[in-house]
Amino acid sequence: MTTMRTPLKKVRYLGSAKEGADHFWKQRVTAVANVFLGIFLVWLIVSLLGADYATAKQKLGHPLIAIPLLGLILSGTVHMRIGMQVIIEDYVHEEGLKVVALMLNTFFAVAIALASVFSILKLSFGA
Amino acid sequence: MAVTSGRGERVKRPLSPHLQIYSPLINMVMSIIHRITGGALYFGSLLLAWWLIAAAMGPDAYNYFLGVCDTWLGKIVLLGYTWILMHHMMGGLRHFIWDSGRGYDLETVDILSWGSLAASLTLTAIVWLCVAMGVA
Repeated sequence: MTTMRTPLKKVRYLGSAKEGADHFWKQRVTAVANVFLGIFLVWLIVSLLGADYATAKQKLGHPLIAIPLLGLILSGTVHMRIGMQVIIEDYVHEEGLKVVALMLNTFFAVAIALASVFSILKLSFGA
Repeated sequence: MAVTSGRGERVKRPLSPHLQIYSPLINMVMSIIHRITGGALYFGSLLLAWWLIAAAMGPDAYNYFLGVCDTWLGKIVLLGYTWILMHHMMGGLRHFIWDSGRGYDLETVDILSWGSLAASLTLTAIVWLCVAMGVA
């Protein structure tokens, strides 16, 4: 088949968005992480049922809990930001509205990540 | 930018069939639900952040959060959250199989689609049985 692609273009394989399969790949990598970290989160919440504040605080601040929890927050917010970006690009066709929605999407994901990470670190490092 | 006939009315062009034309096959329903559950988890992250912020703020904020979760509405939301998380997870695992290029014959597609629903319901039941029995 004849192609209009130059050999260099073919080697790079980045497409018109210049990102290639980067988006796809990040979504898969975070998805794999989320499977394990999501199960961990469910276990963590179930194990904290009925626990008082002091117990919950101590547990959430424990390194073996806090580290995977931080992992979940980072992996989860990256995953959900990419996912919502695709939904916005699929359904919001008006250019200005789309740009605003994409920006709000990033702000939301970053806000969730910052608030959660800060809280976990505060529980871990005391005060 | 509407295409008009030049006489003020829109040209009526034939449209390609969309969702409302097809009878709902299970893989299509699961695909739609995967997106909806993803969207729900997106906003559900607010609940997760609230829980962590409350824990970081102190006993009053934390107990208030627990109090909200302990209401009927709270419990229904948490039950729904559990299923939504499990279902999105099972949908993701189904997509991993398809990503590998396997499982595209119609019978397997049906099995995987129904299977992800069955698995998510089973896992939700297991989690809430653990909650009810105080395991973990």
